[in-house]
Order: sequence, then C-alpha cells, then structure tokens
Amino acid sequence: MSARSGPQLSSSRRGTAAAFGLLPFAAYVLLFLLLPTLIAVGTGFLDETGAFTLDTVAALANPVVLHAFASSFGLSALTAVVGAVVGAVACYGLLGAREHGPLRAVVDSLSGVLAQFGGVMLAFAFVATIGIQGLVTVILRDTFGIDIFADGVWLYELPGLVLPYIYFQVPLMIITFLPALQSLNPHWAEANATLGGNRTTYWFRIAFPVLAPAFLGSLLLLFANAFSSYATAAALTSQGSQIVPLQIRSALTSETLLGRENLAGALALGMILVMAVVMSGYSQLQARAARWQR
Amino acid sequence: MSAAQRATTDAAARTLHTPTRLVRGLILGSIGLVFAIPIVAMVEFTLRRGLAGGHDIARWTALFQGGFTGPYRAVLVALGNSVGLAVGTVAIVLLLLVPTLLLVHLRFPRLRRLMEFVCILPISIPAIVLVVGLAPVYAVIARLVGSGVWTLAFAYGITVLPFAYRAIQANLDGIDVRTLSEAARTLGAGWGSVLLRVLIPNLRRGILAGAFISVAVVLGEFTIASLLNRNTLQTALVVVSKADPYTAVILSLLALTFAFLLLLVIGRLGTVRTGRRRPTTGGQP
Repeated sequence: MSARSGPQLSSSRRGTAAAFGLLPFAAYVLLFLLLPTLIAVGTGFLDETGAFTLDTVAALANPVVLHAFASSFGLSALTAVVGAVVGAVACYGLLGAREHGPLRAVVDSLSGVLAQFGGVMLAFAFVATIGIQGLVTVILRDTFGIDIFADGVWLYELPGLVLPYIYFQVPLMIITFLPALQSLNPHWAEANATLGGNRTTYWFRIAFPVLAPAFLGSLLLLFANAFSSYATAAALTSQGSQIVPLQIRSALTSETLLGRENLAGALALGMILVMAVVMSGYSQLQARAARWQR
Repeated sequence: MSAAQRATTDAAARTLHTPTRLVRGLILGSIGLVFAIPIVAMVEFTLRRGLAGGHDIARWTALFQGGFTGPYRAVLVALGNSVGLAVGTVAIVLLLLVPTLLLVHLRFPRLRRLMEFVCILPISIPAIVLVVGLAPVYAVIARLVGSGVWTLAFAYGITVLPFAYRAIQANLDGIDVRTLSEAARTLGAGWGSVLLRVLIPNLRRGILAGAFISVAVVLGEFTIASLLNRNTLQTALVVVSKADPYTAVILSLLALTFAFLLLLVIGRLGTVRTGRRRPTTGGQP
C-alpha cells in the first residue's frame, strides 16, 4: 500500500488489528438487528415451554389471520398502484424543473417528510380532514349535502387507511422514481426524432420500455412500504386488528390471543417471508433499471 | 458537433420528453392542491373556536403562553426524551457507523458489498417485526442497565442505518479516500490525525446529512417506542390526542415543519457539494 510498509509479519498483524476495528459494529448489528430478527422469526416455532412446535405457525391458517393477511395485501396493492401511477405523473411534471432549483428542493423535502416521518401525524391530518368533524367532511355535508359517512364511519376501519396510505405512497414514488425518469438520455429523444419518430413513438417505443424495470421496482417498494407500515394504522384504529401489523400489536399486548403464546412470532415470520419475496424482486428490478442509469 | 449545435439539439430533444409549461403547471398544480388539503385541514382544525364556530388563534397562544405546563408537561418530557434519543442515535452513527465505513473502504474493500447489504437490510425488516424480537432483547437490557428511555437509541441506530449509510457512503464514494490518507501519511500524519484532520472534514457534508436524517427519523418514530412502552414524542402525541386533539394537531404541525426544515437543510448540503466540486458540469449529480 505505501512504500513504508513493513515486513510481511507486521503488515499482517496490522491487518488483524484493523479487523478488530470491525468488531464493535459487527457486535452491534448482531445484537440489535440479526438477533431480534432471528428471535422474531424463531419464536413462531416455539411453544410456551420453549420446545419446537409447528402449532403456532399453523395458526397462520386461522381464518382471522388469513383475513388480516388478505386485507394487508389488498391495502398494500391498491395504495401501491395508485401511489405509483400518481407519483409517476408527478415525476413527469417535475422533469422540467431545475434539479437544484427551489421547486425541487421543496418537493424533495416535503416528499421525504410525508413518505418517511409522517406516521402518527398523518393519522391526525386525516382525522382533521375526513374525520366526523373534518374540514372536507363538514364542507361536503353543509355545502353540497353529501354525507361521506352515510353508511357509517369508515375512517377508523380498513377503508379509512386507503387515503392516508396513498398520502405517503405518492411522495415515496417521487423519491424513488424521479432519479430513473431523470436519467432518460436526451440523445434517445434526438435519435428518435432523427429516425422520424414523434412524441408517441418516443414514449411508447423508447421511454416506457426503458423505465419499466424502475417503475415496477418502485411499485414493489411501495407495496413493501405499505405492507410494513404500522404507525398510521395504529394511531387511526384503536380497536380491531384489520391488518397484519395490528394483529402483531394485539398479539404482543395480549399474549393469549387465539390461545397461542407465540403468535406474534408466527405473524412476524409471515411478514418477513412476504417482505423477502417483495424486496428481492425489488433489488433485481433495481439492478435491471441501473443498466440505463449512469 | 459544436457546443452551440449541441445546445440546440439538446433543447429540441428536451421539449420532446419534458412536459410543456402548461402541462407541468396542470400536473403539479392539481397534485399539489390535493396534497395541501390535509395540511390546510390540520391548520383549520387548530384554529376552530369550539362549538360556537368561527376561528381564532387562541389554542396556539394558550399552548405557548402556558409554557407547556399542566397537561402539556408530559409532551415536554417526551420531547426531551426524543431529543436525547436523537443525540444518542447520532452518536451511534458517528462512533460506530462512520469509523466502520472508513475502515471497510480503506482496508477491507472486499467487504463493501456485505456492508451495504447489512446497512440496507433494515428496510426489508419492518419495525413491527423487529420489535417482536427486540422485546426479549430489551428484557435482558432492562435487567442489566435498567429500562431507561435512552436504551432505545440502540434500536434506533438500526432504524436509521439505511438512511445514514446512504448519505455517508455517497460522500465517501465522491472523495478519493485512499489518495488523501496516503498523502497525509506520507507527510507524517498518524492514523488518528488522518481520520480527524483529513477524512472527517472531507466527509462532513455526508456525515451532517446522515446525522440530520437520523434526527428526523428518531423524532418521527412510533412503532418501537410504542410497543416497548417507552415515552417519546410520537407516543405522547397519541396520548394527548385522546384528551385534547387540537393540541396534538398543533404539535404535529410543528414537528412536521421541523422535519421539513431539517430535510431542506440536508438538500442544501448536497447541492453545495456538487456545486463546489464540479463547477463546470453543473446540474448532474
């Protein structure tokens, strides 16, 4: 490495010393990331005495649990698709804005806040918007005579999660998809024009195929984001466990739900499996998308 | 092709794939308007004057003039906890993540893929899953060092890992660490001063961005704190919202604004970097 490298022995000893430098971080990750993950996934296979059992995992076939997984899938898929489409349109709208201009700075920061740090506060926002006394509810009722809760109040149940979730999915789409859209090479548009193409051929024959992996990858990321999100749902629905994260909450807070001790572990295992499939799809699509990016 | 020619063809190509002013205005205007509704509703909600109707700023002034006394004291305590946790989490990033990233970069380049995998991994493990396994870990920690709020910083260090990693690694990739450290070593600097006087100053933007985004994540975190029964800003907001939804919304607006400003500063950090490092190429990162 340097001209002053000592003899073989001392350099290898220094290598060992350097390897010791990796230990603190390795120990930290082991204790607070890998160990908790293994415990979360592993306890699903243990009974209350700590012996191996498949009973708890079999509880995943319980209709209540299956229904929660189905609801989580539906909610995540719906909000991912809507969020991806609306977000992609927003990205297209942002294409003309200067990359370091004030508009982009504001949009980037706002997207970051709403996509990653909203959580509980987004639940409050939607109570203030479409709650029973929310601004939109009241305006619709008093001005247009439309009662959005004519069939009962749905904000605190599964349908009530759709709008708040879309509210954080669209910004996440902007964060993840805008770089891909920006990496579209202007020379391709030029080549398209030279070869006699028009706007339609440019978008449908060049841009969409190039962007497809990035778009699908972002779609999967949005799905994973909704699937794993807990705070908004927890703050909005204090009763009932319509989606899997809320089932984990009730399993953690009342150990005897469904008469099974380690149900939280089994539910966590189910979630991890879904996340593993979705996220590996995401990283494969990302690798494909990266081919076209600098 | 001359520069002028390239500029004109570039412009022509750009009009083909970027939206016209009108389309851009329509798209951003309508999406912006829809997304402004919940925020406007929050503001309107805090200005309501009870059952009598009408609006005033009484709730805002009451909160600030009252100096967070009485029922709001709990929020202040929780905010203090969250700020302490943010400091602790940033300390973990600075003392554990930064040195390890540098060490891997300089001495163990073959471990870089593994390091990236480990640091990005928390994205794939939902907090609600992590908390299932953290509960027993924290039961042990409580026996060893007590169940103080500060212990949560260890869990938050993991939560912020992907964000902090990306910010710092991007900076690390942008500078020539090897040449810098070899130059410093040749001039007689020990590893300590290489680290503190050469590398850290060159990485300060990435480290600052990583620290700020960690602060924003910690202030917004709810899942782990709530299920481990710790009192932080977000869990206190939920408690307050049950008794006094107006105050909870005011505090949420303040917290959201603070996070927005933090991210704005992070964005500025990035802009200044590219602007200074590559003055000729301009916009492209």
